[in-house]
This record gives sequence, C-alpha cells and structure tokens, in this order.
Amino acid sequence: MMTIKEQQDRIIEDFEVFGDWMEKYEYIIQLGKDLPLIDPKYKTDDNLIRGCQSKVWLHAELTDGKLVFTADSDAVITKGLVGLVIQVLSGQTPKDIAEAEIYFIDAIGLTSHLSPTRSNGLLSMLKQIKLYAIGYQAKSLQN
Amino acid sequence: METTTAEHIIWQEQDLIRNEFPILKQTVNGRPLVYLDNGATTQKPVSVIRSMQEYYTMYNSNVHRGVHTLSQQATAAYEAARHQVAAFIGAHHHEVVFTKGTTDAINLVANGFRKDILKEGDEVIISAMEHHSNIVPWQLACEEKNAKLKVIPITDKGELEMDVFRSMLNPRVKLVSVAWVSNTMGTVNPVKEIIELAHEQGIPVMLDAAQAAAHIPIRVHELDVDFLALSGHKLFGPTGIGILYGKESWLDKLPPYQGGGDMIKHVTFEKTTYSEPPLKFEAGTPAICEAIGLGAAVAWASKLGIHRIGAYEHQLTEYAIAQLKAIPGLRFIGEAEHRSGAISFLVGDTHPSDVGVLLDQQGIAVRTGHHCTQPLCDRFGIPGTVRASLAVYNNTEDIDRLVEGVHKAVTLLG
Repeated sequence: MMTIKEQQDRIIEDFEVFGDWMEKYEYIIQLGKDLPLIDPKYKTDDNLIRGCQSKVWLHAELTDGKLVFTADSDAVITKGLVGLVIQVLSGQTPKDIAEAEIYFIDAIGLTSHLSPTRSNGLLSMLKQIKLYAIGYQAKSLQN
Repeated sequence: METTTAEHIIWQEQDLIRNEFPILKQTVNGRPLVYLDNGATTQKPVSVIRSMQEYYTMYNSNVHRGVHTLSQQATAAYEAARHQVAAFIGAHHHEVVFTKGTTDAINLVANGFRKDILKEGDEVIISAMEHHSNIVPWQLACEEKNAKLKVIPITDKGELEMDVFRSMLNPRVKLVSVAWVSNTMGTVNPVKEIIELAHEQGIPVMLDAAQAAAHIPIRVHELDVDFLALSGHKLFGPTGIGILYGKESWLDKLPPYQGGGDMIKHVTFEKTTYSEPPLKFEAGTPAICEAIGLGAAVAWASKLGIHRIGAYEHQLTEYAIAQLKAIPGLRFIGEAEHRSGAISFLVGDTHPSDVGVLLDQQGIAVRTGHHCTQPLCDRFGIPGTVRASLAVYNNTEDIDRLVEGVHKAVTLLG
C-alpha cells in the first residue's frame, strides 16, 4: 500500500505528460466516467455534500483500522476530481488522513476547483473526509 | 443585418464602447476574455471608476453632517447622484432611497409590511421565476404574521400564467412583488398589465428591476408602480449600492428599517422623531462613494440611451439564439416571446457545472448553477443551467467564441 505522499506524487507524475488543458480534462472526465464509486444504497441525503454547483455523496467505512471512502457526483468533472482524492486518501489510517497535507491538487494546476467560489463540493468533501478521520481517530483513542 | 437608426449607432460604436471597459482587455487562461456573466454583475466603464477615485482623492468626507467644505462637496455629490438616478427612472429625487442593493431594498419593504401592514390570513403574491431575494423576505414576513405566500405559476416557455394571476387577486392580497425580467430565463414580464390588474383591486405592486435596469427604460410614474428595486452593480455601477423607489405616500407610511444617525429629526431617550423620506430609511453613514459611482453609471448609460442599448441587445440575443440552436442536443430553458439579457441552456445530459468549467478554460465567463432560483429549477426538474447573459459591450465575436466553446466542451464531455 502506497502512503498518502506516494499516491500524491504518483498523480503529479501522471499529470506531467499532459500537453494542454484539454488532455488534462479529458483524463479527469474519463476518470469520472470509469469509476463506479459508490453503492447506490449509500447515495442518501445524509451522505450528500451540497455544493452550489454540483452534488457530492460521500460514504466512509472503517475496515481493519483503515478508512475506506466511496463517493459520487452528478457532475462528471467533479466526479473525476473526487476519484483522485479517493485514490490518495482511501484505505489509509484515520491518523494518517487526519494529519495529511493535500498538495497534489495545487501541483496539477487544479487549485481553482478548491476555491470556495467554485462551490462544487470538492472543498467540502475534503473537509468532511478530514472530519471522519479525526472522528474515528478520537474513537480509537477512547477504546 | 437590417438595422434601424437606434441600434445601428451602437453597432458602429461597438469598439468605442468596449474600449471604455478596461477589464475586458485581458486574457484568461491564455485566451482573450469573453465576459458573458452580466446578469451576475456588469463591468464598469472608466467614467465610473474615475468618479470613485476622484471622490477618495479629492473630497472624501461624511455627508449631511459637516459645515466644512469637503463635507459640503461630498453631500452635494451624493445628493446629485440621487437626482441622476431619479431622472434615470423617471422619479422625484425624494422618492429614491439609497440601499445596499436590490436585496436590501426588498427587505426594507418586506420589513415594513411585516410590521405595519400584513395581518393573519393576508396574502402576498410572487411568481415561480423569482430570485431568492424576492422569495425569502416575503416568506419570513408571511411566516411571522401567519399570512400566505402565493405563487403565480409559469408556462413551459417560462412565461407567467396571467389568467391564473387574475384569478389570484382578491381583497386579502396586500402586495404583488415580481421580477420585471427573469434572471435565469430572460423573460420580460408584462409589468404594465400586472400593475393595472392589481391596482383595479387596490393592491400595490413592487417590481424587482435588478435584471431590467441595464436593458429596458424605466419610467416609474408612467408605470404607476408602487415600489421598484434595482442594484447598481448590474447597471455598470459599483457593488454595495442600489435603490428603492417608493411612491411618496408609501415611503411616508412605511416605518423606518434601521435606526441610527442621519435618519432622525430629534432624539431623546423617551421618543425619537424621524427625518422625512428618503433619509428616514438611510440610517448611518451611507455608501457615499458607491452612490457617486452609481450616479456616474446611470449618466454613462443614459448618454448611450437605454432604449438603444435594448434594441442592440435584442439583435445580439437573436443572433446568439440562432447560433446556439445549431448545437446538437442543446435546449433552451425559457423561450419567452419577450426576453432580455439572459439566455439559459443545457446540452444533452451534460451537467451545467462541467460545461462552465470547460468554458472557463477557454476564457469564457458564464454562470452555471441554479442562479438563486431553486424553485424555478425544480419546476423544470433540472440541477441548473448554463447561462450566458449579455450587456451592451458584448458583440457577435463573443457569441461566436461561446458557441465554439460549447462545441469543444460537449466534445470533451462526449
């Protein structure tokens, strides 16, 4: 299992081959289309992160001490970006996720997708992932 | 293209007009900027920017207070702006209240109705195409007073169902508040007819003119409208300033909105008497610089002539609709016969946000989402739209770039 840092560096390397914005977005769109990300039974209002522009559903589950995330979005670019975030953070321990510094989005030139004005749910999703991680971490400390 | 004199002048002056907007001369993501988000906010001509710079450079001072020269200059400029805006909408200057914008103006009226006019069982009528700012203030007022908020339905083309509206009018209705122009669909509502029908039964009418002001000439006295709200920033002026027009009798009747300085005649701890309108509604230091900027903005628009701007935009809108129509799978949301400004559409099953992101990559600014009209999007069963909204500085090249951009986006999303 790659660490969060290794996952991010791998994605940054993948993105280096793209010549222009169109290739980059083509890849993200393809990623969005290819990933069946979430079990329909978890696409509930409780798991809905409402952005102004698009919706993101996020489900978290703790398996063998690792946090596994599944997610979906009604917009395909958002879904592709969500897919990248999941590649990086899913399957890691709550502690590692809570402490992780997410730098790959910036490095692949997609920072604008994290701006609050874009309101596409990606920023809220990252916050929610951190909250889940911190929550599970606190729980495991209590036990 | 066949033109009458009015719009012909603007076609010829296009380059000169664009030149007055410095912000348009830039590239975004490597491409020359195409700004088609004028329904959200318009850009500002140099004359507006200069007027605001002059204020802070030469005579920044508080208004209605000082005897010193700068304060007198600031007061004169602030009040001159009120006169300019009044002339722009065909009102008396004492009927023009400066507000933060349209939302603030609607809240001012809704607050007054909530306090002094609405009673249990009364009704307020709005329409299915309203912006949230013309829904929520009335919802709050009605909830508190156990009054009912009634909604005029719309047709699939995005026009008000006027027959239903007629049947909704009854003595319990205390106010009709509707948009002049829909911010999402560009529908121009038959406001003259709405006002006449409501007045036949003694019901006052408020118009949300936020999306009308930069496109349609406003004559409040001829319309006989009771209240009208508009925002400066959608009319080539700065943000943070707008106006409420109210008939003198209504402004006398409504209670003050906020308390503070400038709105009082005399204050004791037992009782305060208020200034006459409009100052009664302008508590605290107002947005002086912004009011002056708005004055410069309406002066700029008046010089060009709103009727000429409207005629030019009408032709540009027709051009845009014809070009967009040719895109396979594109459907318009809102196809009213009378329209202005906004053009909303969806392509196939693509999500508006995806199209918006890919247009931005090509230097094209449009708005995507629900445009603060969620009930309207629910009415059509859509998550939102892609909205291109025009202003007088847009031209056919902008439209061609948009069409090319949408083609590219749809291909990528394929």
